Amino acid sequence: MRQLKRIATRFAAGLGVLWGAATLSFVALHVTAGDAALATVAGDGANPTQAVLDRVRADYGLDQPLWQQYLGYLGRLLQGDLGESYQQRVPVASAIGEQLGETVQLALSAALVAVVLAVGTAVLTARRRPWIRSAASGTELVLTSFPTFVLGLVLLIVFSFQAGWFPVSGNDGVSALVLPTFTLALPIAATLSQVLRTELEEVLEQPFILTARSRGMRDAAVRLRHALRHALIQIVTMSGFVIGGLLGGAVITETLFVRRGVGQLMLTATTTKDIPLVLGVVLFAAAVYVVVNLVVDIVYGLIDPRVVTA
Amino acid sequence: MSARSTAPGHIGASAVPAAETTAAPLVNVDDLRVSFGRHGVDVVDGVSFTIAPGECLALVGESGSGKSVTARTLVGLTGYGARVRAATLEFDGRDVSRNTERHWRGIRGAQVGFVLQDALSSLDALRPVGREIAEPLALHTTLAKAARGEKVIELLRAVGVPEPELRAQQYPHQLSGGLRQRALIASAIACEPRLVIADEPTTALDATVQAQILELLGELKRGDAGMLVVSHDLSVVARLADRVAVMRAGRIVEQGPTRQVLEDPRDRYTKALLAAVPATHAKGTRLSSAPAAVIRATPREFDRTTPIVAAEGLVKAYAGPDKVNRTVVREVSFAVHPGETLGIVGESGSGKTTTARLILGLERADGGHVSVRGRRWDSLTPADKRAERRRLQIVYQDPLSSFDPRYTVERVLGEAIGVTGLRAGQRRDRAVELLEQVSLGAEHLKRRPLELSGGQRQRVAIARALAPEPELIVCDEPVSALDVSVQAQILDLLADLQERLGIAYLFISHDLGVIHHVSDRVLVMKDGEVVESGDVRQIFTAPAHEYTRTLLSAVLTPATQGGPRA
Repeated sequence: MRQLKRIATRFAAGLGVLWGAATLSFVALHVTAGDAALATVAGDGANPTQAVLDRVRADYGLDQPLWQQYLGYLGRLLQGDLGESYQQRVPVASAIGEQLGETVQLALSAALVAVVLAVGTAVLTARRRPWIRSAASGTELVLTSFPTFVLGLVLLIVFSFQAGWFPVSGNDGVSALVLPTFTLALPIAATLSQVLRTELEEVLEQPFILTARSRGMRDAAVRLRHALRHALIQIVTMSGFVIGGLLGGAVITETLFVRRGVGQLMLTATTTKDIPLVLGVVLFAAAVYVVVNLVVDIVYGLIDPRVVTA
Repeated sequence: MSARSTAPGHIGASAVPAAETTAAPLVNVDDLRVSFGRHGVDVVDGVSFTIAPGECLALVGESGSGKSVTARTLVGLTGYGARVRAATLEFDGRDVSRNTERHWRGIRGAQVGFVLQDALSSLDALRPVGREIAEPLALHTTLAKAARGEKVIELLRAVGVPEPELRAQQYPHQLSGGLRQRALIASAIACEPRLVIADEPTTALDATVQAQILELLGELKRGDAGMLVVSHDLSVVARLADRVAVMRAGRIVEQGPTRQVLEDPRDRYTKALLAAVPATHAKGTRLSSAPAAVIRATPREFDRTTPIVAAEGLVKAYAGPDKVNRTVVREVSFAVHPGETLGIVGESGSGKTTTARLILGLERADGGHVSVRGRRWDSLTPADKRAERRRLQIVYQDPLSSFDPRYTVERVLGEAIGVTGLRAGQRRDRAVELLEQVSLGAEHLKRRPLELSGGQRQRVAIARALAPEPELIVCDEPVSALDVSVQAQILDLLADLQERLGIAYLFISHDLGVIHHVSDRVLVMKDGEVVESGDVRQIFTAPAHEYTRTLLSAVLTPATQGGPRA
């Protein structure tokens, strides 16, 4: 019952976050976007007549005062209508939906690779000889400080141009997914691994670890069955960071590897001032955050009984 | 290597007949040395002892004496980067000094059970206690899962846990301190080990619970398993051990039967250690110097016309996590007069600290009121309140967390002195003066908290409290985190300051020995209520309330107060 109430509260808070995201992006775009009507009618360099522009403004409600535009926008949102893309002339929802599958595939595989890599290195290197630790943490530092596109280029040059193991670009099949996945996953894995190792080393100093060892448990089992679960709490807390990294990284990765996907869509929408589409993608990202945080909350309860009963 | 010199009298005796060695020791340690790091000093420096089957040996010593390291070496868990050397290191007749990790794993949990202090941190917080107890069974026996579950229930019942089926499902934080410790003991004895090692098994527990756990450990001892108890607390040792080894700086300074060591110690350090315990007969005397010097006659007389602080019917409630109000202090009334010490004693959660916070005006009471020198806190203007607050100071249990770690002692004291309005130029002199009052010197001014020992930190905390020349110092468990010899020094210092400056103390402690030693009058608290109050002698010799009697009977008396119980 308490668990349900807790989740209900978080759900309500999540709706608040969505509303905030909608409002903020609405404001931001109206302050900076320039003439949306112009953007709608044509790309740069077009020269429509005033009459055409006025008609477009009336069609999209751009001639109304700002607060009316805002309320209208919120009202349509509540009906699930994200508006129509200026450029593509299709509903925003379906524009995103079309690209979603590719991005979800990339994001999930990257998240999986990142977590597996991070947990693996952290468990193997926590509280080991100094040179092992330094080697691991040095590599991690390099990976986190590399810009994503440089990392992607390096991977392309080595594994695509030279070794020829993977295709340079495109969306075809698993082999086309490998390089983008690692480009996206490595920086995230590196940060997660650093946090996880610090956490593991702290946990491995705890008295209950000594107790477990004093029962005759082998080191690997102590790490996996006792210590890891405590350290994972920290990783679950960082899931917000992971999603941020995945969404932001997807834009760059998809561009670099010329993949279809929401990241590409976002980039095009922004450069062409396609306001409804940008707002749609922002709201979509916020919704992902909210849902993941809800899931994280439930997972917390499963990992750490103290969250629920304390 | 393990052949020791034969007993005198056996001139030229070749081999001792096998029949005579039936009482071969379970544990045989000779000249054990342990160091950490490549060039570390020996933290265990030539330690030798034996434990016979069915025997309980106690390693006694203060923090850093090497007792825990010695105990952990017996299961091959000395620690990261440890170097262990010994002439003999035998368990059950087998040399274990060259054991591989695999060999050790066969011994740990199966033949040696290990009980650490503070079961809250010694049990995995994320697993039900039943699974923790089942772990050694899964590692060392062929029992199936269902059979392990049954065995867990059986073990919990054996260590005196009520409703074992329910408890096995619960997590450590859902159990009381006593039940947790019992669960930890159950996991240590699950595989019926030949040796049980208990490292400070009762240290974090309340007196009444401590007595129960010691009783349980005493029962375990009755079989033919050996036991090694590691403790800083002589009273624990007096109850459990057959023999005692006193450790200091990595060496055993004295070893012998418990009664002999506690009643007729040979070594100077053992004598000082025993003298430092605030035993009944030591009241009014110094604890830190042997032979005991009298500080003052007891009982003392006080002017009881105007109390420094008076509490009238204090009530305080907090909302719990479930939004239900819990009354933590109910109808508490008392007064502290100039120059006297009022002791507040009670177990954890009895409302002692909340009462102190109400007295200091750090919390607002939900009912009743506090008067400072005849004037009610709530009637004072903010300026008056600030002025009165200076007369009331506090010393906490853990000075490390009550200092900013980046501040030097000079800055810590300077801040407290600044409140009194002294000009900046004179602050340093005043700081040195304060340090001298607590037997420190100007050389400590530039130190930071981490560069001081626990006792020195507590002295600085006292110096800070003295800065505004208070009339009352609230001492909230001021010696609970200290070793007994340091505790003795701090208690002596507080008594000296009271003699010299006429300060009154409100002294909060869970330790009845300490309370008896320092107090003129005592309040006994339980569940937020004062169950008994009055003159310290009267309460300790003729307690009127049932709870006070329980508390007193739970106090573990070291041998100096009447010998160990058989």
